[in-house]
Amino acid sequence: MRNMRFADAIEDALAQAMVEDSRIVVLGEDVHAMRLNLYVRFGKERVRSTPISESAFLGAAVAAAMAGLRPVVEIMLVDFIGVAMDALLNHAAKVETFSGGKWRVPLVVRSACGGGYGDAGQHEQSLWGWLAHIPGLAVAAPSNPADAGGLMLAALQHGSPVIYLEHKLLADYWLEALGSGGRKTVTFDVPPAGVSGLVPDRWEPVQIGKARLVREGDDLTMVSVGVGVHRALEAAATLEQQGVSAGVIDLRSVCPLDKITVCEAVARSGRLLAVDEDYQGFGLSGELAAVLLEAGIAFKYGRVCAAGTIPYARALEEQVLPNARRIVEAGLKLMETER
Amino acid sequence: MKTQPDLLSLYAQMLKSRLFEEAVRQLWQDGLISGEMHLGVGEEAIIAGVVDHLQEGDAMALDHRGTAALLMRGSEPVALLRELLGHPDGLCSGMGGHMHLFDPQLLAASSGIVGASGPAAVGFALAGTYLRPGSLAASFSGEGAMNQGTMLEALNLAAAWKLPVLFVCKDNAMAITTPSPTVTGGRLVERARGFGMPACEVDGSDVEAVWWAAREAVERARQAGGPTFIDARCAHLEGHFLGDALLRMARHPLTEMAPRVGGLARAMASRRGAPLRRRAESLRSILGLTSLFDDRQLGRDDPLPKARVKLAEDQPRLEEIEESIVAEIQQALEAALQSAREELES
Repeated sequence: MRNMRFADAIEDALAQAMVEDSRIVVLGEDVHAMRLNLYVRFGKERVRSTPISESAFLGAAVAAAMAGLRPVVEIMLVDFIGVAMDALLNHAAKVETFSGGKWRVPLVVRSACGGGYGDAGQHEQSLWGWLAHIPGLAVAAPSNPADAGGLMLAALQHGSPVIYLEHKLLADYWLEALGSGGRKTVTFDVPPAGVSGLVPDRWEPVQIGKARLVREGDDLTMVSVGVGVHRALEAAATLEQQGVSAGVIDLRSVCPLDKITVCEAVARSGRLLAVDEDYQGFGLSGELAAVLLEAGIAFKYGRVCAAGTIPYARALEEQVLPNARRIVEAGLKLMETER
Repeated sequence: MKTQPDLLSLYAQMLKSRLFEEAVRQLWQDGLISGEMHLGVGEEAIIAGVVDHLQEGDAMALDHRGTAALLMRGSEPVALLRELLGHPDGLCSGMGGHMHLFDPQLLAASSGIVGASGPAAVGFALAGTYLRPGSLAASFSGEGAMNQGTMLEALNLAAAWKLPVLFVCKDNAMAITTPSPTVTGGRLVERARGFGMPACEVDGSDVEAVWWAAREAVERARQAGGPTFIDARCAHLEGHFLGDALLRMARHPLTEMAPRVGGLARAMASRRGAPLRRRAESLRSILGLTSLFDDRQLGRDDPLPKARVKLAEDQPRLEEIEESIVAEIQQALEAALQSAREELES
């Protein structure tokens, strides 16, 4: 094992895969600067900077993947995927089914996501629920360095389109570029265990669709992904002091969704608290409830999600994004209901 | 239509914007403004030369760098500052911030998504043809946005429907950190002409040159002659945004490169990858990029000294105006910060 930062883990796993598979090509805006080390090591043909033309280069990557390449396409921030959505929605996600399973699209779309540094809702969305809604797309969102590298490797080996979302509070270079910009006068609620941690000496894939029970809990089960996992853990520690035993599940991927792990935990605790930095309506938090209902599990339900469009002002942003305070409040309220 | 540019008044607008944004830079540096901050420092001549022709009923579709245009068009400086400071009484109640500024009174809307100003200007112009005959819409974007499908589709739609749009391209030849010529096919003016609209290239650091180019375009638009594309070259004196890593590397090579040396050394030395010669080539190209951010080089395209030197004949009048603008911005800053203090105290 070795200690590594979240962003370095992604790069390290990607480099390991690029050495072994010459078909892997990184495409995206500014990748010569954003992926400086990969650019130097593998050269400009393997790490290829694009114009600001997301619909063209993402659309092209879908066909390039069909024709034998293994593109890792960077859409800087997931918010920017809007202009290129057709390539995902109607093409990447459809080819395998439409071809009767005869033609697959081994594509990885890598994007930064998430808020907490005051950039407002055109640069801070999560959107994993929105993307996972589309059949044919897998959506992974790691919460720590070991998963960051392992899920990247798994995404590269998946054989079908994977959206790989790295949270800006975990990927230090993103927070430095967009949040601080070299300033020492701003602070962020960064979860240390997400930014830095032990990783294997040699990367092995972390199965996409396999959640991890991060913390056992008898009274309620919190289910989250990305930075939300750390917020939930922080809240669980507070709840424990108040006599509530709260468990935490890190989904690691929104789609496929690890229904078994969620169902087993909630069947035991009888309470589900969904913690989701994505929008509340029509998304992951509702899907979790549906999964449990379909499984015939009796449970009480609460959720802490992005309440609406993410505002610019830090004080307003704080009210909209899930944080430990909101989660504790929701947890205590949920404890008032009988199982 | 104005028949001649009033250089003193244009210079005053540019100076007001420059001083305002210098105040913004300090507030950002002090941590009072969150997130990214894209300043229009270096673009002032383009904005002033276009905005001077706008009148009531005209609309502006702005990009992520829209503060200068709003200020010159008449947005309230204190409300703008309060917005950037994230106040409930800011221009957008603290909800938008600098990339998402909206001033409905001025028909001015911003977007942080590259290329979004194209279709927005087309829509504003379309509404204008029904509701405000003789009005027009100006789209402001960078040259990087000219590679977005949304922008190219907007050029076509404006041309096909002969809409009163000014597509103003603030061209610093750099799409964030990618030199635009390396990712752009053909010349932008030729591209616009291909859609059947008149297009011109202009020195965007020369406010009078921009003013004349804009005048022709505005006249055409108001007379139902359709859209125009203006490619105005400029320099971003503060890089893509405040804290731009390439600019920092150019300004402080030792301290800024230090944290990157380890990773780069490993990238050069790792056993498998591109041949060493190719790796050295990549490294050189990156270091070459930082040389584009030489402050002296950028300073040559600063529009303010260029205009000021032409106004030297009436020095007392010039200084009087400069002093009044300094005072105006200082007052706005104090008012905005005063409000912040009161809020904190309450």
